[in-house]
Parts: sequence; C-alpha cells; structure tokens
Amino acid sequence: MSVTMTPELVAQHQLSTDEYRKIVDILGREPSYTELGIFSVMWSEHCSYKSSRLHLKKLPTSGKLVVQGPGENAGIIDIGGGYVIAFKIESHNHPSFIEPFQGAATGVGGILRDIFTMGARPIAVLDSLRFGRLDDPATGARNRRILSGVVAGIAHYGNCFGVPTVGGECIFEPCYDGNPLVNVFALGVCRKEDVFYARAAGAGNPVIYVGARTGRDGIHGASMASAEFTEESKQKRPNVQVGDPFMEKLLLEACLEAMQTGAIVGIQDMGAAGLTCSTCEMGSRGGVGIEIELDRVPQRETGMTPYEIMLSESQERMLLVAEKGREDEVFRVFRKWGLEAVEIGVVTSDGQMRVRQHGAVVAEIPARELADEAPLYDRPRALGGAGGAACQPSALSVTVQDALPSLLASPDLCSKRWIWEQYDYQVRTNTIAGPERTDAAILRIKETGGSIAMSLDGNGRYCYLSPREGARLAVAECCRNLSTVGAQPVAATNCLNFGNPERPEIMAQLVEAIEGMAEACRFFDTPITGGNVSLYNETLGEGIYPTPVLGIVGLLKTAAPVTIPFRNPGRAVVLLGGVGRCDDTRFGGTTYAKEILKQLWGLPPALDLDREKRVQSAIREIVAAGLAESAHDLSDGGLAVALAECSFGSAGIGAAVDLASDLRPEVLAFHEAPSRILISTAHPGKVAAIAERHGIEVPVVGVTIEKGIEIRQRAMTLGSWEIATLKAAYDGALESYVR
Amino acid sequence: MKFGVIVFPGSNCDHDAFYAVSANLGQPAEFIWHDSSTLGAVDAVILPGGFAYGDYLRCGAIAKFSPVMKAVRRFASDGGLVLGVCNGFQILVEAGLLPGALIRNRGLKFICREVRLTVETADSPFTCAARKGQILRLPIAHGEGCYFADERTLDELEAEDRIAFRYDGNPNGSLRDIAGILSRERNVMGMMPHPERSTEPLMGSSDGLAVFQSMLRAAVRL
Repeated sequence: MSVTMTPELVAQHQLSTDEYRKIVDILGREPSYTELGIFSVMWSEHCSYKSSRLHLKKLPTSGKLVVQGPGENAGIIDIGGGYVIAFKIESHNHPSFIEPFQGAATGVGGILRDIFTMGARPIAVLDSLRFGRLDDPATGARNRRILSGVVAGIAHYGNCFGVPTVGGECIFEPCYDGNPLVNVFALGVCRKEDVFYARAAGAGNPVIYVGARTGRDGIHGASMASAEFTEESKQKRPNVQVGDPFMEKLLLEACLEAMQTGAIVGIQDMGAAGLTCSTCEMGSRGGVGIEIELDRVPQRETGMTPYEIMLSESQERMLLVAEKGREDEVFRVFRKWGLEAVEIGVVTSDGQMRVRQHGAVVAEIPARELADEAPLYDRPRALGGAGGAACQPSALSVTVQDALPSLLASPDLCSKRWIWEQYDYQVRTNTIAGPERTDAAILRIKETGGSIAMSLDGNGRYCYLSPREGARLAVAECCRNLSTVGAQPVAATNCLNFGNPERPEIMAQLVEAIEGMAEACRFFDTPITGGNVSLYNETLGEGIYPTPVLGIVGLLKTAAPVTIPFRNPGRAVVLLGGVGRCDDTRFGGTTYAKEILKQLWGLPPALDLDREKRVQSAIREIVAAGLAESAHDLSDGGLAVALAECSFGSAGIGAAVDLASDLRPEVLAFHEAPSRILISTAHPGKVAAIAERHGIEVPVVGVTIEKGIEIRQRAMTLGSWEIATLKAAYDGALESYVR
Repeated sequence: MKFGVIVFPGSNCDHDAFYAVSANLGQPAEFIWHDSSTLGAVDAVILPGGFAYGDYLRCGAIAKFSPVMKAVRRFASDGGLVLGVCNGFQILVEAGLLPGALIRNRGLKFICREVRLTVETADSPFTCAARKGQILRLPIAHGEGCYFADERTLDELEAEDRIAFRYDGNPNGSLRDIAGILSRERNVMGMMPHPERSTEPLMGSSDGLAVFQSMLRAAVRL
C-alpha cells in the first residue's frame, strides 16, 4: 500500500513542517506511511522529551551511589552488601482520564516492567494522585468515578502481580477536573552483577519477542499523551490499553529466570510506542542495527498493517536479544512459564532499524537518528502573573477551634484509608511501615539486612504561586519525610506534570521548576536518576497547576520504626525547628487558605535550604539515638493538623501545648513553614543537646496527655478537642465524599 | 519437619510462606511447581496466597485442575497436613477438600487490614499450640474472602468443631464470622487471613507463628 505524503497527513501525526523536513533529510527520501507513523511516536513529546530535554540537563544526575542515571529504563543506586535498587516514577495521566481503571492499571504495569527489565524484582509501589474536587456540583460525579476507577485499577494490577503498594499522596483541586494525574513509582532490588541493560549487541544475535500478542490497542498512545484534551479525546478510549497483571507476573518470573541463564544480551519492555521504541532504542544504545520480520510477531488480530503492528501499545510484551546458539536456553524458561517467545529478527551491524513484512522492507530508518536525533526545542517562555499575585485574605474569621475539624475532614488532609486498604501493602513481607504510620514508607531488604524508606511529594498550589520555590519545597519535604523516620536521603526520581509547553507561561513554569528542583537536589545530594515528563495536561485550554512530583529514596538501619502517634502520656512534646515564621503573603498557599478561606494568593512558605538540612541532620541523629517515641513532620495543615494526626494512634494519647508566639492564632496553628518536626520524647534534654549542636531550636511546647488535644497561645486557649471527635471526622471523610 | 510450598504461576505469597517457615520457624522448606504430579518427601503442604492462574474466572476454579492438586488430594487423603492460605483456601474449597465457597467481600472491594481472630478450637494440628478463645492479630488481603455455605453445612461445621477461626469484627461479610475451617479429618485447613505475614515482631505481629508451631508440634506427635 502506497500512501502519498500530504501536509494534512503530516499534521495528523502531530509533526511540524520542520520536523517532516528533518525526516526527509535523515532518510534521503520521503518516508513511507509506516515510517511516518514510527517517526511520529518516537518524536512525540512523550517519547522524545523535545521540549524539556534541554532543561533536564540542568538536573544533577550523578553521585557516589549512582550506578545508572537517566537514559535507561530505571535509575540504579548501590545500597551496599552487593545489592542495588532500581526505581523510577512515571505518569499515566491521559489514559487514566479516558478510562480510569485500565489507564491506571496499565500505568502500574508499565513502570513494573521498567523495573524488572533491569533485572530487579519489584518490591514496592507508591502512587501520587491528583483529581478534581469530589464535591463539585458540576464535575463531582465524574471525579468520584475517576477516583474509584483509578484506585481499583492500581489495586487490581499491583495486588495480582504481587507487589505491595506502600504509600503515596492524593490531592484534590478543580484544575485536575478534566485532567487527573496518576504518577506511579516502583522500586526493585537485585544483585549488583545481575543488572541488565536495554542494549542490543553482537551482529547475528537473535531478537526475541516474549509475552502477550500484539493487537490494535493503544495505537498512538504516546502521541495521545502529547496533545491537549478536547471533547473528542473521550472518543480515544480504544487508544487505552487493557492490562493483564497475571501475564505480567509470568513475564517477571520468566524474565528473571531467563536472565540467570546468562544467554541474554539485552532486554527492553515494549511500553510507549511499543515495538518501534524497543527496537530502535536497543539498537541505538548498542550502536547496532536491528532487522525484524513482522510476519513472525505474534498477533491477536488478523490483517494488521505494519503501521499498526509497529505502533501498537499492547501491554505485557518484552523484546530481548539473546546470544546466538543459546536461544534454546531462553526458550526453555519461557515455555516453563507458559509464555510465547518467538525469534522475530536479528541484530545487524549497519545501524538500521529495518522492518519487513512478507519479506519486503516496509521501514528502514537509522536507529540512532530515530531514537536520539529527535528535534530539540528551546521554547519561548514568559513568567505569567499568577505566581506572586498580591491579593489579601478577605477575612480570617474562622476560629482555630472550628477550623481544625473542618481541615481534618477536608479531602486533602483526611485519612486516605479508603484508598490504601484496597492495596495489598504487605505482600512479600518486607513492609516495616506502610501507609499513614510514618512520614515515609519503610521496607526492609531481606537480602542485605538493611532497610529503605520512600516518599512521594509535590504541591501544585505552591508551584502555581512560584514554580521554583514550590519545586524546592517538594524536594525539601520529601527529604524531610525520609529523615523523620531516620533515613538518609540518597537519590531521587521525578515526574514533571505540566500544561502545554507551546505556551510561554507554561514553558516558564517548567523551566523554573526544573531549576528549583536541580538546586535543591544538588543541595541535599539526592541526584535525579530518571523520571518522566508529562506535558499537555490541559483540557479545553485550561492547564493544571504545575505539578512536579518527587520520589526520593533513603537508606536506614532495619529496626522497629519511629511512628507518628504519641505512645505514652507524660512525655515532652518538642517542636524541632520551632514554631516558625509566616507573614500574610506566605500564608496564601496553605491548606487553611484553600479550605477555609477558599483563596490562593501570595507565595509559598519560605524555605531556607541550609536550615532545612540542619533540621534533617538533627532528626536523623535523634531517631538513631532512640530518643524519639514519635515523630511527624509539619506539612499541609501546619502544627494543629500534625498534632491531631499524632493523637490518632491506637493508644489514644493526645497532647496539651502552649505556644510562645506573636503570630495571629490561625496563622500560628495552620501556617506551613517547612523545617519543623513534632517529636514526643522522654529525654527532652538529650534531644535539645543534639538540636543545639546543629544550631536548631527545639522548644518544649507541651506534654502528651491521656485524652484530648489542647492548643494554647501564651496561656490563652485557641482550641480544645476530644480525640474521638476529630478522629471520626478524619477517618470517615473520604468515604463520605466518595459515596 | 519439611514444608512443601506449592507454586502456581500466579502465586505471590509463596516466597513469604517459604520465608516464614524457614527463617522464622527454622524448618526446612521447598517449592513444588504446579505441574508436578508428586509432592516429594514433605511432611506438610502449604498452598499460598496469590492469583493461581490469574483468577479471571472464579478464584481457584482453574487451579483445582492442575496436576499438583491430584497429588495434594492424595496427600490429604493419606492424612498429610495441608494448609491453604487466602488463595490457597479458595483453591481447597474449589477442589472440594473443604466445604463452602468464598465469594466477593460484602463491600465489593479488596481489603488489606489487620484483623482480630478468635481461635475457636485448639483441637487441630493447626491450632494445637494456641488456646481456645485466644485472640490472634493477623492481616487479611483479599477481594473474595466472604465465606459462604448453606445452613446445614454451617451447622455441621459447628457441630463437628471444625471452625478454626472466627473474625472479631467481621471485615468481609463471612457467614457466622468464619475466617478458617477444618476438614472432617482435621488434617486440612483453609483460612483467609495470612499467618505467614505475622511471624516476626518487625512485621507488627508474631501471632501467625502459632499456626506453624501447631503444625510442627502435630507432626512430631504423628
């Protein structure tokens, strides 16, 4: 079939005239229809990072523990004892809007494959989720359906596959109404010498296809993820793939076993852009060519064209290169697991990705140019007026007494138990601290005897006010969560969720956020080892808040965790970092401003990186010395919310605090200045000695008590509550919103 | 005492069961592949949790036809100890080694949560190291764990002292709060909660050890 290239056809493939000209230059001729399709997915924003690549280079990517930085399927960190961890975060935003259950499920599937492709067995998943408001009269019903579908999809895939979903975050804002964010982080562990790379090598080596058959599902998924949503987008439901976690589990076990034979040279999963991406990337990384015959590709449907086979995003498929003559060792393993494995091609030395069907060449493209020579844009940018807008709160009239229960029952701050109880967070029996027990999830690594901690953080409101400061705050908070459980942060992954980069104000947000993140990651010595950029998160011209999400991993000794709840009455309640400072401008991004005042203004909380680092060093030392009975960092909702959360343990212990501060009561109770951690301890003197050594104040603000929570300011009562009342509001809120 | 842990392709608690009996109980264990027609020289068999063959049909509906289940049936009829946990319980029920059925949770959602169980009988190889009436804290993690059977079967289970565990606070709608049951000969037990996940303090509870210690004690007596 010969198709004439027209400007319309090129535009349909979301390629610009210049990009098309570049294709013609590379090929030295007009592309065929199949080749046009191949270029369009590989050069889509989703696969090529053409708008962000230039700026991503600003991120720190190396460090003494980094074994593999960006550019592979996942980043790899040395955790000692001969073992490494592989981890990455990825978005599945667009599919999850169109078909929440399968969109989220295949998001989990995709990132899990990225991990075990590298030879690591996945041992943890965390999710960062953003939805529209559940109680919005116009869109609430749809948002509830999306939330329920996404959670069920994550549960379906992760639970069946057998990986614990141990933590994450979930926030609700109107800006995510038509564009939810589903960012999935996965982490795996393997022996250092068992790491595999997605590189082809050795001309004459067979190229083997394993796993599910190829169907017409998901064609142009990568391009879909690189465009704004319109009313017609909902018609794209067939572009969303359907996940089969059982197949994925078989692939996991079979791949890890096949890798042990020593007969595998390189391996890559078929995710976005499917067979196209895996062939040209493996060829490009290895500096070789790959030739495949499409007649040999296992197909679920008859009559598929080369275009469809190359662009299909059918799930649970892997491509691998084996050592010639040892194919049978590989095939034997896949047969044992009941999987279809077929030799579909061969590694060549000419650097070409050559695709045949019925023997005839249907596409022939230099692999390196296709994979690595994608267009690169330095898009114009202009900071908009949104951030820093100096509007003032209209009235700060709600008392602390009334505000706290409302905040605890707000969608952002309430317990997410309804979500995480649907996830198996314990399978593989490594979970030392799962959801909502500590500020970061903790898993032991049986193989090394050590433990790791993980946290995901991002704050779209802060980033809307100042992308640079918001990104820095996200890094700081993520590291603080790890430090609060005693872990040393060591490496990060990021998921950059933004709007349309062709708009200068969005591009400015992206660059500002990357630069802020780079500065903070460099400061905390947590290099970014990989990640994902998701642009065009807009519906009908309305962009989301800029939402960079950080996933940071820390290392710690294996021990019973220091958890959030107070455990005994009569303990000193100390506030490492003090009550902090906050003016009206810095109060505008708080959850109090959002939920009580229904406003957003000013700037995010001020962050002093150096001070933050000293607070974190201090808390790690306090935890390591066994001085903290409980620890919880102050974040969304500030001191009062943290105090309530510390009182929700099974022991039912609360606290009475008296704060020496001149801040207005609601600012004092709910401001969100960083670098503060609430600790209960039987040894306030020893805690103070450590804090003093780090130059950090740690006032004793109160004492734990048998029941109730009381907050006073210079002996004047701001509020006093029964724990049970607050806990009921906190525990039951999400379920009542979902119904 | 040697434990055999059956591995169906979709088992995902197989490593956990293996780890619990080997590292935390200190007994030898080996994996038994699902297409094996013999169990080898093992003293007890564990059918672990997971999604045996994907369970897109009914949980355990395909697993009951696997070659290894013939061997498990033989082993059970010869008096061997067979413990089915979660998906393993579902398979034992489908295979007819235990009565009743496990249907969707009453709330129609997967639930992962720590529950409190009452030991209903100490007269079994799986509970003899516990006290009748003792409370165990164990986690559940299932979407289809609501125990269902007709009235006569339920009465019979009660009359024959074959209810091993009941939920204290029923999480899934199981009839008569049933969390685990015994076969008539008392050498086969199925339970939805996961004892293997609670065999060391670091995991939050060691109460699950009681089940494995009981098996150890019973095997020594045999």
